[in-house]
Amino acid sequence: MEILWLLIPMSVLLVLVMGCIFWWSVRSGQFDDLDGPAYRILVDDDSPTPEMAPGEALAAEKDREGG
Amino acid sequence: MAMTSKAEQFNYTVVRQFAIMAVIWGIVGLLVGVVISLQLLWPAFNFDLPWLTYGRLRPLHTNAIIFAFGGCALFATSYYIVQRTCQARLFCDKLASFTFWGWQLVILLAALSLVFGFTSGKEYAELEWPIDILIAVVWVAYALVYFGTIVKRRTPHIYVANWFFGAMILAVALLHIVNSIAIPVTLFKSYSAYAGVQDAMVQWWYGHNAVGFFLTAGFLGMMYYFVPKQAGRPIYSYRLSIVHFWALIFTYMWAGPHHLLYTAVPDWAQTLGMIFSLILLAPSWGGMINGIMTLSGAWHKLRSDPILKFMIVALSFYGMSTFEGPALSVKTINALAHYTDWIVGHVHSGALGWVGFITMASLYYLIPRLYGRTEMWSVKLVNTHFWVATIGIVLYVAALWIAGVMQGLMWRSVNVDGTLTYTFIEGVKASYPFYVIRLVGGVLYFLGMLLMFYNVLKTIGQGKAVDVAVPTATAPANA
Repeated sequence: MEILWLLIPMSVLLVLVMGCIFWWSVRSGQFDDLDGPAYRILVDDDSPTPEMAPGEALAAEKDREGG
Repeated sequence: MAMTSKAEQFNYTVVRQFAIMAVIWGIVGLLVGVVISLQLLWPAFNFDLPWLTYGRLRPLHTNAIIFAFGGCALFATSYYIVQRTCQARLFCDKLASFTFWGWQLVILLAALSLVFGFTSGKEYAELEWPIDILIAVVWVAYALVYFGTIVKRRTPHIYVANWFFGAMILAVALLHIVNSIAIPVTLFKSYSAYAGVQDAMVQWWYGHNAVGFFLTAGFLGMMYYFVPKQAGRPIYSYRLSIVHFWALIFTYMWAGPHHLLYTAVPDWAQTLGMIFSLILLAPSWGGMINGIMTLSGAWHKLRSDPILKFMIVALSFYGMSTFEGPALSVKTINALAHYTDWIVGHVHSGALGWVGFITMASLYYLIPRLYGRTEMWSVKLVNTHFWVATIGIVLYVAALWIAGVMQGLMWRSVNVDGTLTYTFIEGVKASYPFYVIRLVGGVLYFLGMLLMFYNVLKTIGQGKAVDVAVPTATAPANA
């Protein structure tokens, strides 16, 4: 099972890399607010009409009435 | 409106391309699945053509579902989510477009080469070396586009779904490259750099993590964005979603040996794989509960919203298969279940139930928005799709559970004098009725996908491809 000499160090290395990313994310304040982000994606309104440029919204409105 | 604030628009084009191809490849992959389940009942359905034999169509089926259907869905949703949550247009349009055309080329080459009999013989990694290199190139481009977009984000926080997609991209790159290292002999033939049990170990380190990162982490990214969005409620516990992420990625890498229990892999490595598989139950169920509880207080929405129904069933199957998986990794259970159709049932409860359903829900959410409409052409048809597909999976999975346990019991049954009670073919004969039920389940699921295709066509026909402006505080007033 010499292959384990490759797979285990590689997996350990990967865990270390993940650990570093985790450390960075904690230090940089990614997890300081653990409530806000859940609401923020809901505030971002991705329903088509309000965000469309005026002309497009009008066209889409017409399409809807026509269809 | 192309002349106004062009730089400030989201790149929906590539999302649209991938979303539509996901539906089309879904149909192809499921159709091939139906054909090979027919062949299990009536081998004559290979029509005596080498290109249509089971051995060639089976990898075509798995590759089409995982990498063509699942892959396109992952590209589409990750590109959408990263843009919306980072409030930024995708990094480098040309590279994003390259990932689309490159990935379609990979799929096309894969389909042709498998049907013509070129294979490296590694499960879920059958493609020969030139295609493997192309996959690696496209994947690196994907990583650049994805992480490039995260770097240019306008929001300080990186939403949890992006963490899942990011981990998926990095892990799949590593897994694919290490597992596919091979010595080419000709343009169409190569031999793995590893031999014998070493090769098996690398293969299942890859195979298990392909399930863990491609089919789980990526689709959890979808779940963490589209479930709250569709329910109109924040995720039950954002804190739990962070714990879910880190716990999952720290443990998944180690569970691979559970595919090789009772083989030449050292016993301690098998046990290690089993223990990590059991640990995985905790983060998996944490995530499942987190998704389902997002609906707490809004359960009534399930009555009228078929997309939410898809999501809840997807999460239920995620919970079921992540319970079944650790159970199957326990050596005593594995001794009964391994090599039987129970495993095939387990894979399909994950692939049809979890991956398929969360993908369909996400696409049903996404496609109307990409075409300037508030909902699909027919919500009723979405509901019909939901029921047809649900009945399909339940038939499919239940039939293979029964067949699998029966096969396991028949194979291990011995007479008083120590000889086997049943020959192998008797087990096959006994499985026949369950293969019929499985075929019915598969056909139903396939029909559901056809309904989806029709609904998508109608939605696109009524709508119009829109490019939406990035809503920023600094954006011009016309946004």
